[in-house]
Amino acid sequence: MKKITVNRNLFDWEENITINEIIKKMNYSSKMFIVKVNGELIRSFEYGTKVVPKNAKINVIHLVSGG
Amino acid sequence: MNQKETQFFSKHDPKILPKVRKATVGIAGVGGLGSTIAVSLARVGIGKLIIADFDKIEISNLNRQQYFTDQIGKPKVIALLENLKKINPFSEYQVHQITLNEKNIPVIYKDVDIIVEAFDKAAMKKMLIETWITNFPDKPIIAASGVAGYGRNEILHTRKVDNLYICGDEETELQEGMSPMAPRVGIVANMQANLVLDLLLKGI
Repeated sequence: MKKITVNRNLFDWEENITINEIIKKMNYSSKMFIVKVNGELIRSFEYGTKVVPKNAKINVIHLVSGG
Repeated sequence: MNQKETQFFSKHDPKILPKVRKATVGIAGVGGLGSTIAVSLARVGIGKLIIADFDKIEISNLNRQQYFTDQIGKPKVIALLENLKKINPFSEYQVHQITLNEKNIPVIYKDVDIIVEAFDKAAMKKMLIETWITNFPDKPIIAASGVAGYGRNEILHTRKVDNLYICGDEETELQEGMSPMAPRVGIVANMQANLVLDLLLKGI
């Protein structure tokens, strides 16, 4: 089974899995993120269309208000 | 250095002082995070701080921001400039009363060694981080996420993703109508300021 790494979590890779689907798996409480796939910044408009390759290293940074 | 300046820095490590004095650090937003970061970095003696914020001081800001009752109504950057000069008159402070956006960020902060993200709103944090990564991929950005509430020291952390560093708990949402509280937002602000030193002084 091919895997993807999201922060420190390992998930099974699925064909045509998008950033939005990965974010959903992470159960975040709100919806502002920085996403990098294999070091490349992914912009918000690509979250629904950008397909994640197998063995990808994904970083999702959850941004919450307050400061 | 004149005599007063020499005395100001007399307790600082002479090995690191020249690097600190040569550094330029940007701070984006000077609310609870940014005003605290600026005060710490001024005390440390960072050579030049470039600071921007559009906002004016309200009395409700004083629960956590480094301003005083006689500064209410003033632009935050102007009040902060007064306060920083009182703390350390030997550094240089460049302030901009402006709403930061994708266009002016690369201009205002083009000469910094490191930028520190210190906004309140998540959407602004995202805008700054994405603008920075796109324009200056080789320069570090130190952001904060998850500073609200109180207690729970143990879940505060720093995470590195390439040249992006995130300080905070990355989860605690701001409650409607409530501001962060001085201790926890102050801790995270100083985690960011502490990390500035770590990155500037790497290899010393």
